[in-house]
Amino acid sequence: MPLPYYVSPEQMMQDKAEYAKKGIAKGRSIIALEYVDGIVLAADNPSSSLHKVSEVYDRIAFAGAGKYSEFEHLRKAGIRHADLTGYMYSREDVSARTLSNAYSQSLGTAFSTDVKPLEVEILVVQVGINGQANEIFRISFDGSIVDEKSFAVIGGRSEAVQQYLREHATPQPPTLKDGLRRCLSALEQVATQKIPSENLEVAVLDRHRQGRKFRRLASVDISLLLV
Amino acid sequence: MSFLPHHDGSSFFDFLTQHHPELRPGLHDIPTQRAGVPVDLGRPGTLPVPHGTTVLALKYRDGAIIAGDRRATEGFQIADRRIEKVFRIDEYSAMAIAGAAGPCIEMAKLFQTELEHYEKLEGVQLSCEGKANKLGQMVKANLPMVFQGLVVMPLYVGYDLKRKEGRIFKYDITGGRYEESDHHSIGSGGKDARNTMREHYRLGLDEEAALRVGLLALYNAADEDVGTGGPDLVRGIYPTAKIVSEAGIADVQESRVRALYETMIAERRRS
Repeated sequence: MPLPYYVSPEQMMQDKAEYAKKGIAKGRSIIALEYVDGIVLAADNPSSSLHKVSEVYDRIAFAGAGKYSEFEHLRKAGIRHADLTGYMYSREDVSARTLSNAYSQSLGTAFSTDVKPLEVEILVVQVGINGQANEIFRISFDGSIVDEKSFAVIGGRSEAVQQYLREHATPQPPTLKDGLRRCLSALEQVATQKIPSENLEVAVLDRHRQGRKFRRLASVDISLLLV
Repeated sequence: MSFLPHHDGSSFFDFLTQHHPELRPGLHDIPTQRAGVPVDLGRPGTLPVPHGTTVLALKYRDGAIIAGDRRATEGFQIADRRIEKVFRIDEYSAMAIAGAAGPCIEMAKLFQTELEHYEKLEGVQLSCEGKANKLGQMVKANLPMVFQGLVVMPLYVGYDLKRKEGRIFKYDITGGRYEESDHHSIGSGGKDARNTMREHYRLGLDEEAALRVGLLALYNAADEDVGTGGPDLVRGIYPTAKIVSEAGIADVQESRVRALYETMIAERRRS
């Protein structure tokens, strides 16, 4: 019986990480930015029906970058997880932290045991109500989880976008109008051309909304905000 | 995906059935011997019917109104004076229930989750008809419980955004779904409420007039039926009502219900 080739664990992990990173960098970036009434999520997305940003629960939203089929699978699993928790216990017991941990576990396991790692990077954000702070979690393909403050970027050339947002950060959270403009300029930094407003996918978690806080902004609303 | 539940399909109800059967409504492994009245399907008239409740729905010009009394009974005792029998299901629909309180509330909660779950997974809401059919399947799944005497009987109203009208659906215990054209009422006082609505209902009523007809029907049902609670002036408990229209679902303020009842009672008071 021939012996299987020996590959050192370091080499294997490195190869997997490189493979995943390459896949994620191919796409376009998504930004989550705190604004005065909550969190705005903006993505450079030419498709108006295949969403990158979506609702998970009352105060929680999800954004995925990388391979659509893979983050779509994660999105649906997250909604099931949240709805199950809310049904079993109560709506207020569903939290972004628990959900992010579940994502982190899943991605971590997939990265170390599956032949092909998931080529995704995801954001789980929760708007704070009654004086609580917002929560932004960024979870990478290997399951590593980062608790971000005031903004987070995933997918595409995320470092360059992050750099722009860091340079243009203000001590106070911006209004929706200013925040969205800042997102657009940051995304345009790395895009080769100007991004028309119909190619922008925008959603907000607005803490002043009744009940479910998630709202998708229609193309008209986006262009009105950007005028 | 070991830490996140995996499932195909967009139904929360199916997800629970497959992955968490212990959370699904029903008796499962609980012994099915019942101490109370046995159900003999061979003999007509022995099928259990919902006790003690009147809930009703009626259409008006811009949508539909759904209302219910507040009384829960256990035999000849009053179990609860303030129980809520009308539930908001989503932005454009509501349901009211008659039957065993526990399973009824559980079904309403599961139905709420079901519709929200579908909307989030698929990115669009189910059609009004689709929602009504789904509820029918849930009533059907409850059939084994019916034989134990635990009936859940919903009355469903939704605003159909495509047809631009309010719609009313009633059900039978097998999950059969029937659409009502004008108004309907279920529960032990259902017949009395239906009689009142038949006399006073007119096509194209405005919101205020329709609400008055609905509340009058509940008043008359409470008058005739011991299982139905009327307006309780001493404790300040009044029937609840919700309105679905193109603008979405809205609660009828308690003060408004109270004012309507005060007028109604003043007109009827002798001496």
